[in-house]
Amino acid sequence: MRRILPTLVTGALVLPALAACSTFGEEESASGGTEKLVLVAHESFSLPDELVEEFEAEHDVDLEVRQPGDAGAVVTEIALNPDDAGADVVFGVDNTFASRLLDVGALEPFEGELPPGADAYALAGEDRLVPVDSGNVCVNVDTAWFAERGIPEPESLDDLVDPTYADLFVTPGPVDSSPGLAFLLTTIAAYGEDGWRDYWRELVGNGAELVAGWSDAYYTSFTAGGEDGQRPIVLSYDSSPAFTTTEDGSATTTRALLDTCFTQVEYAGVLRGADNPEGAEELVSWLLSEDVQAALPDNMYVYPVRDDVELPTAWAEFAPRPDAPYAMEPAEIAANRETWIGEWREETQR
Amino acid sequence: MARGDAALTRALRLLALAALPLGVVGVFFVLPVGAMLVRGLAPDGQLDLGGLVEVLGRDRTGRVLWFTLWSAGLGTLVSLLLGLPVAYVLFRLAVPGARVLRALTLVPFVLPTVVVGAAFRALLGEGGLLAFLGWDGTPAAIVAALVFFNVSVVVRVVGGAWAGLDPRAEEAAAALGARPVTVLLTVTLPALRSALASAAAVVFLFCSTAFGVVLTLGGLRYATVETEIYLLTRAFDLPAAACLSLVQVATVVVLLALLGRLRGRAHGAVPVDRVPPRPRRPRRGDGPAIVVTGLVVLATALPIVGLAVASLRVRGAWTLANYRALDEPGITTALDVPVLTALRNSLQVAVDATWMALLLGLLVALVVTRRTRSRPERVVRGLLDGFFMLPLGVSAVVLGFGLLVTVARPPLALRDEPLLVPLVQALVALPLVVRTLVPVLASVDDRQRQAAASLGASPARALLVVDLPVVWRPLLAAAGFAFATSLGEFGATSFLSRPDHPTLPVVIGRLLGSPGTTGAQSNPGMAMAAAVVLAATVTVVVLTVERLRVPSVGAV
Repeated sequence: MRRILPTLVTGALVLPALAACSTFGEEESASGGTEKLVLVAHESFSLPDELVEEFEAEHDVDLEVRQPGDAGAVVTEIALNPDDAGADVVFGVDNTFASRLLDVGALEPFEGELPPGADAYALAGEDRLVPVDSGNVCVNVDTAWFAERGIPEPESLDDLVDPTYADLFVTPGPVDSSPGLAFLLTTIAAYGEDGWRDYWRELVGNGAELVAGWSDAYYTSFTAGGEDGQRPIVLSYDSSPAFTTTEDGSATTTRALLDTCFTQVEYAGVLRGADNPEGAEELVSWLLSEDVQAALPDNMYVYPVRDDVELPTAWAEFAPRPDAPYAMEPAEIAANRETWIGEWREETQR
Repeated sequence: MARGDAALTRALRLLALAALPLGVVGVFFVLPVGAMLVRGLAPDGQLDLGGLVEVLGRDRTGRVLWFTLWSAGLGTLVSLLLGLPVAYVLFRLAVPGARVLRALTLVPFVLPTVVVGAAFRALLGEGGLLAFLGWDGTPAAIVAALVFFNVSVVVRVVGGAWAGLDPRAEEAAAALGARPVTVLLTVTLPALRSALASAAAVVFLFCSTAFGVVLTLGGLRYATVETEIYLLTRAFDLPAAACLSLVQVATVVVLLALLGRLRGRAHGAVPVDRVPPRPRRPRRGDGPAIVVTGLVVLATALPIVGLAVASLRVRGAWTLANYRALDEPGITTALDVPVLTALRNSLQVAVDATWMALLLGLLVALVVTRRTRSRPERVVRGLLDGFFMLPLGVSAVVLGFGLLVTVARPPLALRDEPLLVPLVQALVALPLVVRTLVPVLASVDDRQRQAAASLGASPARALLVVDLPVVWRPLLAAAGFAFATSLGEFGATSFLSRPDHPTLPVVIGRLLGSPGTTGAQSNPGMAMAAAVVLAATVTVVVLTVERLRVPSVGAV
């Protein structure tokens, strides 16, 4: 017993100390009186607090954002319970996933107005998904690397299979990477149903490195991404060069190849089981408002769909947009996605 | 009649002990996973087994299953081979720095797999220190990473039991002329069999459900059942995902049955000493074990040092900017809160997860190790024992989505409960806690409890004087485990984490998922710095926890 007593005493002293750092008894963020509005978004959703607070004050709601993972996780969560997804609005469904939500009937038509410029991104004859932002997946190059070696930078998809650029390209695969899937779709859009498998065979034959995710490709393998990368050509976004500026911000060290781009559009929509359908409409309209649209580049690395808001200086200067990016209808993507990924796996598994 | 009453009382007492863990695992594990299985197997309310047969018949399913089994098997074997000497050296020998090294072995546990994947690719990939091995993108890299994560499990589970092993049997064998190898093979290892079986089972489950590592390192060419479930769920092929989940569960059940047999035979082996023996000075014969330990420590340190180096560099120059940025709100648009706030959240969650896992784990361990008197009782205990291992054997993706569709919405709208995340993490840590405690509790000679009872001690008192002194040390080891598991847990947490209250691994994932070398810091650099902070935190906490051990309860 003499041995046990000090143990118990110590325990009695230590436990309350531990309990003090527990999450017990923390107050909930929900404030009484105001109505709740729930937004489901992917993990990259992020807007300045001031904007969110403004919206909450103006509409007397308490905005709750849930982020269960990437766009795929968001879509899967909603599709598991399309009748009542437990939220009012979804944001961040892109054109590679959009059809799944439409097919399960999880969305209500949007009654509001589209701002100037948004029409260009809207789905034909579809008012349930509202375009909010867009981005392009493009091949990026490390300009300094090519300058140092006196090798001309590649410009096109064809260049990537040229022996000059052997063993220089790294890309995430389409299996679990949204830009990776976009790049697969790029090659299908560019070379057609008959040619894309040949292209990939040549690409792999030319020493292209295939990795699992974007951060893997960009941060580990790309020469301008991390410290020890060995490959100066990477698949990324048209906005990426705005984030590789020199420390004084006067120049950027990378460039997006504007002839290799595929447009990803992100949509928002009112969910069918919304508890607060009115607030949901207001929230979607707010995502299209000038303030939010102007905040998109800096906060989510995407372009606004409105054409009347100004882009940040670094973007205007370093991240020019492609004139004629590749694109594909969500329905076509939905119908073929799994088949294409399966075929891609066969083609690239050595 | 009286005997029947006693049996009934005993059964009721066991049931009462098991009620809380059963309830918690039922609501937060069985219910969500079951909901996902139902959605997969009976999409229209009608059970459709045709899909099951179709998925099982796919070529790909066979390949995936085979790859999972052999990579996990090999990972387990290598972890055991490397972990045993380390457990011996760190728990039985008086080597300088053993305490710190023991704490350090938990570091791999907290490192997010994305970070470890990046560290391994930096080592093995083009231009890396170990590029000459040619392991990048091969199964060798996957197995190496599995071993990196799991050696610590072997060290902790086996070391915990080894530390309390009565050395007199070994000494007697040696005095009778047995060579050290003979002593090891005929006395020590049999005595540790239960702990070894526990460690092997846990490691195998960890290996076969490893997810991030396989995805990052095996990349696109190697798939395990776990990554396949993830991809199928993403493709919304729920029948196929459900089918593979069932395969996973079946594997776990088979494994647990094997484990039960192994442990069953281990009974009656060398009992643990109530007062653990002092670690002894190393002798010449300990040389090989010490060398292996040194190599394992080096090999574990390599990726971690790589992380530390990466965290100190921006644009090719040495800098502390990534660390300074950890405390600054709004330093990068990828984050809503400073990294240190996320660390505080993680610590709070980990404290809760730890006490929950210890409470549940202790109850479970007590229930499954009580001496069994009848066959049905034994069967029930065996089933309970296996039941609480299941959280290790089921895909985090299935659990995550399952939680979203069950406990996160009415009628069980617990999503905003601050305790939901720690509770789920406690479930993930529960099997580890149980497996750390059970080998030790099982080796307590029941006659001691009977003696205490015959001297008039109540069951609670007997627990206090007989079991607690023995289980104290493994309980601390389990606390370290639970704490580290919680700090590093990403899979299920990523589904439930509250955006205004992210944990550190969630924040690291976000930093790695966004471009940015705009200011003095860089996003990947900050991610690495945050991982280093995470590693340092667990080391300090585990050291502190072990320091708390009251001197009178165990030597050293």
